[in-house]
Amino acid sequence: MSKVNFKSAVPTFEVYKNLVYLDNAATTQKPAQVLDAVERYYREENANPLRGLYDLSVKATDAYENAREAVRRFIGAKSTKEIVFTRNATESLNLIAYSWGNANIAEDDEILIAVSEHHSNLLPWQILANKTGAKLNYLECDEHGGYSVESLKNALTPKTKLFAIAQVSNVFGRINPIREFADICHKNRTVIICDGAQSVPHMAVDVADLGVDFLAFSGHKLYAPMGIGVLYGREELLDKMPPFLYGGEMIDVVKKYSATFAELPHKFEAGTVNVGGAVGLHAAIDYITNEVGYDYITRRESELTALAFDEMKKIDHVHIVGSDKAQEHHGIITFTVDGVHPHDIAAIFDSDNIAIRAGHHCAQPLHEHLGIQSTARMSLAYYNDEQDIEKFLTTLKSIRGRMGYGG
Amino acid sequence: MADNFYNEVLIDHNLHPMHLHELSCATCSNDGLNPTCGDSLTLHLNIENGVIKDGSFTGVGCAISQASTDIMLDLVIGKTLDEARHLSGLFTKMIGGEISEDELDELEEAGALQNISKMPARVKCATLGWKTLCGLLDNYGQGGAP
Repeated sequence: MSKVNFKSAVPTFEVYKNLVYLDNAATTQKPAQVLDAVERYYREENANPLRGLYDLSVKATDAYENAREAVRRFIGAKSTKEIVFTRNATESLNLIAYSWGNANIAEDDEILIAVSEHHSNLLPWQILANKTGAKLNYLECDEHGGYSVESLKNALTPKTKLFAIAQVSNVFGRINPIREFADICHKNRTVIICDGAQSVPHMAVDVADLGVDFLAFSGHKLYAPMGIGVLYGREELLDKMPPFLYGGEMIDVVKKYSATFAELPHKFEAGTVNVGGAVGLHAAIDYITNEVGYDYITRRESELTALAFDEMKKIDHVHIVGSDKAQEHHGIITFTVDGVHPHDIAAIFDSDNIAIRAGHHCAQPLHEHLGIQSTARMSLAYYNDEQDIEKFLTTLKSIRGRMGYGG
Repeated sequence: MADNFYNEVLIDHNLHPMHLHELSCATCSNDGLNPTCGDSLTLHLNIENGVIKDGSFTGVGCAISQASTDIMLDLVIGKTLDEARHLSGLFTKMIGGEISEDELDELEEAGALQNISKMPARVKCATLGWKTLCGLLDNYGQGGAP
């Protein structure tokens, strides 16, 4: 099926030839094209950007702003003013909570979040609610990890100021109907914040199609380096928001006792920025859109998900969390094995050179909601192949026996 | 590296723990929690005249924490508090990869967990029972003589 061997373009798999890497929802391995771009930047274009008083600084500034334009095109934003570079999705979400949240949320307001949220899209809102006295409400999912349009309609009240939800849950792997949710929220004058950390790397995402007010995602899950992330926000919202961090590069005029701040998006990017990371993100976007292609990514990941899912369902004592349909697990299959703690499951996979995640996946309230303490998770990327799945299944079938259970 | 880690000793103590039960004669108990794994146990001891006469544990956790705690109780039941502290020190040395062959012998079956020193993410699982024991012994000393 795979015409090109995309795995061979990833240096990690040259170094570790037998590694089966199935922890892509945690972070992805980096294609050579991304690593080369970062190295080229530091060799040939490195200077402190945005000051621009000499040639090398202009090159660094161009590299950084070209990356911003690449991100704008990539997610269909109207203007580069709507693209703020951060460290990661977590920082993007915290930026919204501290800046927009502090300015817009007060006692008597309500905050609604999905119960399946990653702690990064949960704790900022919990802290904001505790600080302001606003009420924090949870939108609960059904046992298959689904959220219905009706449930959202019922959960919203005239006091609900914001609704935060991931486009794809990092536990269920299920796509939430963000467009419908955005329309319902906007009729209620509720701001909708979408965590795209698990969706943007695996499916074409367009902010105009989604209709969300904010979208956050991390570069490192998108085959780019760690330490670069993106916050998209509608310009009219970002424009009214106060800065999040204060310092260099985000000012207009600073006097001893007062200051005015730079225009969007720079007012949110205090201090020397991560140009190398932005260049790596630019290269990753170019690589996955031009050389791999989202049609291929979604098709390939669906095929491999179905291959693993259908076999896993047949294995005694293995239970899949979330939907019972393979097509509702977008490259993420979370599971348990009777009698074996998920950390022991992961250790046995590790002994067979297979990397998976175990624990609560930074979603403790969801595990509490589902009544399970912890789970194991395998997650895919476009560079995985059938052999990876076969090795995964072979180990999975052997686990109970290796932990001393007969038959 | 983890392959020979889940050895027969560990698997047997996990599947058939001798000491996983309540202890009606307990004179003291202590709770231990390892948030990364969600391992949670309570250690119950019957201490008389400075000797651990009996002990048990209750709670849930991964195979390593359960087996390690069960093996620990095998070792310390019948020992004085000082001997138990000494064994705990040896276990910590073993996990740190600094134990001699003779010292390893003293740990008996607990030596089956030696390879945990190569799995830093699981050290907390292996040491949970021992840390809970140390916490109990420290408080026991402060709480007055038996």
